[in-house]
Amino acid sequence: MKIHEYQAKEILAKYGVPVPKGEVANTLEEANDVARKLFAEGAKGVVVKAQIHAGGRGKGGGVKVAKTREEAEQYAKNILGMQLVTHQTGPQGQKVQRLLIEETAAIDRELYLGIVLDRAVGKLVFMASQAGGMEIEEVAAKTPEAIYKEVIDPAVGFGAWQARKLAFALGLKPTQINQAVGFFQSLYKAFLETDASLVEINPFITTKDDKLFALDAKVNFDDNALFRHADVKALRDVAEEDPLEVEASKYALNYIKLDGSIACMVNGAGLAMATMDIIQYAGGSPANFLDVGGGATQEQIEHAFEILLSDKHVKAIFINIFGGILRVDRLATGVVAAARNLNVKVPIVLRLEGTNVEEGRQILKESGLNFQVGATMKEAAELVVAAAAGARA
Amino acid sequence: MAVLVDKNTRLIVQGLTGKEGTFHAKGCAEYGTNVVGGVTPGKGGTTHEGWPVFNTVADAVKETGANATMIFVPPPFAADAILEAEDAGIPLIVCITEGIPTLDMVKVWAKIKHSNSRLIGPNCPGVISPGKAKIGIMPGRIHKEGNVGIVSRSGTLTYEAVHQLTQRGIGQSTAIGIGGDPIIGTTHIDALRLLNDDPETEAIIMIGEIGGAAEEAAADFVKKNVKKPVVGFIAGQTAPPGRRMGHAGAIISGGQGTAADKMKAMKAAGIHVVVSPAEIGETLAKVIGKA
Ligand SMILES: Nc1ncnc2c1ncn2[C@@H]1O[C@H](COP(=O)(O)OP(=O)(O)O)[C@@H](O)[C@H]1O
Ligand SMILES: [Mg+2]
Repeated sequence: MKIHEYQAKEILAKYGVPVPKGEVANTLEEANDVARKLFAEGAKGVVVKAQIHAGGRGKGGGVKVAKTREEAEQYAKNILGMQLVTHQTGPQGQKVQRLLIEETAAIDRELYLGIVLDRAVGKLVFMASQAGGMEIEEVAAKTPEAIYKEVIDPAVGFGAWQARKLAFALGLKPTQINQAVGFFQSLYKAFLETDASLVEINPFITTKDDKLFALDAKVNFDDNALFRHADVKALRDVAEEDPLEVEASKYALNYIKLDGSIACMVNGAGLAMATMDIIQYAGGSPANFLDVGGGATQEQIEHAFEILLSDKHVKAIFINIFGGILRVDRLATGVVAAARNLNVKVPIVLRLEGTNVEEGRQILKESGLNFQVGATMKEAAELVVAAAAGARA
Repeated sequence: MAVLVDKNTRLIVQGLTGKEGTFHAKGCAEYGTNVVGGVTPGKGGTTHEGWPVFNTVADAVKETGANATMIFVPPPFAADAILEAEDAGIPLIVCITEGIPTLDMVKVWAKIKHSNSRLIGPNCPGVISPGKAKIGIMPGRIHKEGNVGIVSRSGTLTYEAVHQLTQRGIGQSTAIGIGGDPIIGTTHIDALRLLNDDPETEAIIMIGEIGGAAEEAAADFVKKNVKKPVVGFIAGQTAPPGRRMGHAGAIISGGQGTAADKMKAMKAAGIHVVVSPAEIGETLAKVIGKA
């Protein structure tokens, strides 16, 4: 799960990580209030920052420094409601619905900090780099030696010695080292205690008067651990998610929207990905990823259909089921009922295999509805691509 | 011979008395697995569907001589269940549970890595040696006893590969579902090593998916150590970056873990990589001269 920068900073601040003074604003009035307050408290300037669930906002024009209240108001007006395009949003961009207004920091150096899971060793790794403000992927690809790494032994935790190693590697001044150790250890503690999956501070800055701040903060959480963090779960902002994905999540359907024209409904994540692949291999393009799981109910299948059909680009539906635990005849009954209830007009191609497959095929045949059944996954993929092309013409 | 599971397997089920535990314990027993009991804390001393139930794994091992366990404990308690099995000295721990928090698995892995116990999964369908025994949730009847070993991160995609083989009259020695999570006890390399050393396995199917770099490491292993023919497929060639595709581990992050990278590494290692998931069985048949 992703959250906004302002939410991440609130969490980190609770763990003792220094962040610039600031507040979230949902309207222009709120933005003005926050700016007025910060200037009144002595801020030399304020930063108006678009809050979206994507990085690269600075380059996209979503982060602006204002010297005066009037300037701040102008930036807030421009950014609130804008369709912000960054390298992470895709070309359509993301609508800005919130701002973070915070005090400007007198930046001396921009550095990078990150905590992620290193899957190869099954441990967390704390990363630091002097290349702050840049895309860390780019740094990793071009100059991997510019990223310092400390692998964390879960039995003993992140040692002060490891934090010191990183702080010295970053070239921090002696007067900054102890502060940095506390800062880094607070980050690690926040990661552990919130079941994060990623913590990234880019940039992590030093100021001319030797202070350290998290100027940006990105925190993602492990979805599998949300059951023990009701407070984190409450931070979800559905306005940042695709509306169809939000709808799907209500019915425990694992759905991801893509931009092709062939919708698919599959049981199992691996087979669902492979189904997208075979659609492309057959010359089509998948409209979504959808794993209905091993125990899909009739109700879930109906909701799945509704979601697939509300995607305007969908020209045909490919149902690929390998019934292991999920019985094919039950699925077929569900598909027939859903197609009838929803009066589905787009062509549906099925590929069914597994437990009670013959009964399943019989149910489809007797329904009188216009289903096409492929004998193999390959044949079905070709049928659905042809059906989508026909529907388009 | 096959690997991991056979007629000598003595299986207990952690979470036996739950709905899923019961259903799949029966499924395993019907397939021919010697299921010897189960563990549900607080229900020790009772019997369930004819099997003795114990309070602790240690008790179960002492009384039944179990040498394998299948875990159906819900996600919040599953990591604990794995550690209990490890402490009881069970050599083979198969964890079916999906949804275990990653940080729980970080702790489990720190322990299991140095242990004599082997963990399969979590978030996996389990292991089957067709005609002998199975530990897991896979449909037994689609399998056929034979000489092709399979390793895969995905359940249904394993069934798909098995089905394509069985339809061509090609049997399987052992199919190992290693699981779709970012931290798993047995990786592609571990499974390949087992299958490579198994005299009954003559060819191998390796199925991977986006996320992480385990397939690349496995490709390197194949290049250096495996003389048996290997057919490979990677799911997620059309998956967008930054999105978790159903499995917790199936995500391209920071440009890492793409299908293209994995397929390239596998091809360079001499693996017969198929682009279409429908061609796994056909390609294997060609490679072993049974097309
Ligand atoms: N409070 C602040 N004071 C001064 N400069 C800032 C402040 N917040 C951000 N900036 C500048 O804006 C840049 C981009 O902001 P950041 O929060 O990193 O957004 P993004 O990573 O989405 O582009 C930073 O690298 C920094 O140079
Ligand atoms: Mg940034």
